[in-house]
Amino acid sequence: MTTRRTNPKVDAVIVGFGWAGSLMAAELSRANMNVVAIDRGPWRDTFPDTPLTADPDELRWKTRRELLAPPHDTTLTMRNTLDQTAVPQRDFGISELGGGVGGQGFQWAGMAWRFNPWDFRVRSETIQRYGMARAEDGELQLQDWGITYAELEPDYDRWEQIAGVAGQAGNLRGKLTSRGNPFEGPRSREYPTPKLKTLRMMEIFNKATSEMGLHPFTIPCANVSQAYVNPLGVTMAPCTYCGFCSSYGCGNYSKASPQTCVFPALLNNNPNFRLITNACVTRVNKAADGKSVTGVTYIDQNGSEVLQPADIICLTAFQMENVRLMLLSGISKPYDPLTSEGVVGRNFSFQTVSGADLWFEEDHINPFIGAGGLGSQIDDYNSDNFDHSSLDFIGGAGILTLSRDGTPIANANKLPPGTPRWGSGFKRAYSNYYQNYGVLFNQGTSMPIKRGYLDLDPTYKDPFGLPLLRLTYDYARNDRAMATFTMNRAIQIGKRMGASQISAFNFAEKPFTTAIGASNHTIGGAVMGADPTSSAVNSHLQSWDCHNVFVVGASAFPNNGGYNPTGTVGALALRAARAICGNYARKPGALQKG
Amino acid sequence: MSRNKLLLQKGRFNMKRRDVLTLIGALVAAGPIGCKPACGEEMSGYPTGTDSNKRSPLKSIEHGGFRKALMDDEDVRTLKAVFDRLIPEDQFGPSASKVGCLDFLDAQLTGGYGEASTLYREGPEQPHEEQMLQKAQFIATPRERYRAGLQALRAYTLETDSASFADLPPSRQDEILAGMEQGTIKLGTALDARAFFELMLTNVREGYFADPYYGGNKDMAGWKMIGFPGARYDYRAYTDRTGQKLNLVPVSLVPKN
Ligand SMILES: Cc1cc2nc3c(=O)[nH]c(=O)nc-3n(C[C@H](O)[C@H](O)[C@H](O)COP(=O)(O)OP(=O)(O)OC[C@H]3O[C@@H](n4cnc5c(N)ncnc54)[C@H](O)[C@@H]3O)c2cc1C
Ligand code: SF4
Repeated sequence: MTTRRTNPKVDAVIVGFGWAGSLMAAELSRANMNVVAIDRGPWRDTFPDTPLTADPDELRWKTRRELLAPPHDTTLTMRNTLDQTAVPQRDFGISELGGGVGGQGFQWAGMAWRFNPWDFRVRSETIQRYGMARAEDGELQLQDWGITYAELEPDYDRWEQIAGVAGQAGNLRGKLTSRGNPFEGPRSREYPTPKLKTLRMMEIFNKATSEMGLHPFTIPCANVSQAYVNPLGVTMAPCTYCGFCSSYGCGNYSKASPQTCVFPALLNNNPNFRLITNACVTRVNKAADGKSVTGVTYIDQNGSEVLQPADIICLTAFQMENVRLMLLSGISKPYDPLTSEGVVGRNFSFQTVSGADLWFEEDHINPFIGAGGLGSQIDDYNSDNFDHSSLDFIGGAGILTLSRDGTPIANANKLPPGTPRWGSGFKRAYSNYYQNYGVLFNQGTSMPIKRGYLDLDPTYKDPFGLPLLRLTYDYARNDRAMATFTMNRAIQIGKRMGASQISAFNFAEKPFTTAIGASNHTIGGAVMGADPTSSAVNSHLQSWDCHNVFVVGASAFPNNGGYNPTGTVGALALRAARAICGNYARKPGALQKG
Repeated sequence: MSRNKLLLQKGRFNMKRRDVLTLIGALVAAGPIGCKPACGEEMSGYPTGTDSNKRSPLKSIEHGGFRKALMDDEDVRTLKAVFDRLIPEDQFGPSASKVGCLDFLDAQLTGGYGEASTLYREGPEQPHEEQMLQKAQFIATPRERYRAGLQALRAYTLETDSASFADLPPSRQDEILAGMEQGTIKLGTALDARAFFELMLTNVREGYFADPYYGGNKDMAGWKMIGFPGARYDYRAYTDRTGQKLNLVPVSLVPKN
């Protein structure tokens, strides 16, 4: 890193060009700002990476994970408690980071959720309904988001319109409909495209849960159900249920991705926008006054260090890297897990997962027909949708079944316990159960704990010699209790579905590990809030410390809902962009009083 | 040096130029692809490899004994015996070696996978890594692990049975494999026999069920066994036929392999 150049100054620089980065770039450049986006990975698009003739390839995309950034380039270290020495995550695990432009959004599954209104106000709601002792059990560190669901609704709506989300409303402007999710927050309008078809596993699940008095609905997903033109003028084609979806690209332009939904509007003939690929941002440069920043430093593909000056810096490099860049740049005070003081690295949370594997007899599930986000769910045991008065935890899980992933390599592991894993016994069992396997997956809420946090590892470095992020975390007692409760619900549902064999699982029953992929939803570390002593960014995702830094991604969630995060990431990105294009552009400075 | 240069040097998922050249050489010598596209070639049935289409970005994998990573004959003999116990020939379908799982593995070990190009391999290696992560961790590459594992297995059977693994009766082979799987058999002190078993099981399944393009799953035998229709991309005609047997004939990314 000998050479050093400086690029011309721009209005805004976007660090990381996934969903969060591309949405912000699009909104800012539409407002006539001069924008540069910088991404660590190479250019990537349907052509030439995943056209129809290359996409249906389990080995390449799902087994070898060629669309992800390899741990070789970017990983983290972990430990469960403060007294342990953290160890590096050497192979793929819970962090499935984007390996090219588009980030993870190019290969995500597409479950396109809004969080439940409760998720934004867990602390206040818990105190109000169950008393202070439940909220402050000595371990949990609950705090509200500083905004309500209702305030975010317009941004959720715009995000869904951009992604073309297929779904069926359950709550239209406060009026419950009978066919969607009755527990969702009020929506201002229907989903942009109708819900997808109900496939075999969903059929069995819907019947059983309805008979049990529960409320099944089709998961809203960004696998669009019909030809669609989004508000940016981009066309999408109907999903063909090809099944090569989660971990893959989409050869049909049916799965919403930055590539499909945003790039065409942003990259075509737009003098306001420039993208720099294969360039890793290593630092945000603070101004002499310490109250703002002057730009970022990145290392280009020749190994040269380059300065990119800008008036506004948006960190959209995914939850983990957002936090690492703040720590590397000395923006805001690092969190201290012994005193609960400091904000960067605070309130890490994950996804508390339990569930049950199910096997049927003589059915034809046809698991190869499906889409990444397709499945049925009940929210009866999610959020605070059920009374927790006599329970010893808060939160819950969306209990879902999937119609996707008929992948022959991966599913060879999905055989009933006790089945031979090799030899003729294996072949007999797999010949039978490939068509007869299903899952109930409880995607549970995750509550932050005082001793769970992110900081820089003292020992391990990335290829540039910069410290890896270190994660110290274990499941909260609260979340373990929740996972057991929802696991038992899944067993009941599995029985009602008529499964001949049920094998329940609960990731929270053992200590947390990054090596076993319960989920890839890592959350927090630069959380939003109304109080600068407990949050890194305000409700517009603006840094309390440096007013021209916006930190956007799941890093901002103070706790995790019982849903996948990207709908909320998209909505928050649009909200932050709105604040920048509106008030901030007119009058740079703090948008909120701390 | 930049990260990208490093990645290039590590040849992530790329065949080495030398290998591509040898491969193409071998195919040219074998015939059809030496012919220009418009020279009036007569065809019956599907062409046998992707190389028959000059525009195809895919390169066929050479079948049968053309080893680039697995070069020791005795290692190959042991591995073939192991693979064919893991996935034997029976009423459900052909054996692993019949469908090309050895060719598959050889090609995989030759590329980025064999070199562990995606792994974070920096030290120090902590004694408690596996305990903390609850999973076996490796700095060694799969290619190195195969070499060490197969040699250790050879040494083991020479000592216990005075014979090569490949020459033992199937029941004894199964006994040894089950011992490795359950961790009751140790293959020397340095080698994690259980993890080596898992590596072989993982790879043989990959070869049996991955697209034939990668050299295994010949005639899509693995897919036919379970009823997976392969690289199809549109099921809209079938979404309403829930719970029915569809009898779809599988298709592969490559015409025939
Ligand atoms: C297989 C899979 C399935 C998923 N399924 C779902 C789902 O069904 N529903 C759902 O809601 N979510 C799902 N997710 C998660 C979802 O994809 C992510 O939440 C979302 O894409 C995150 O968007 P982001 O913009 O915050 O980050 P990313 O998409 O990770 O983008 C970050 C970008 O920043 C770049 N970058 C990182 N560090 C630097 C740096 N230092 N300098 C420059 N650039 C940098 C990266 O290259 C990347 O392009 C899934 C993810 C995967 C991998
Ligand atoms: S299932 Fe649908 S959205 Fe997913 S990759 Fe296939 S066509 Fe695209």
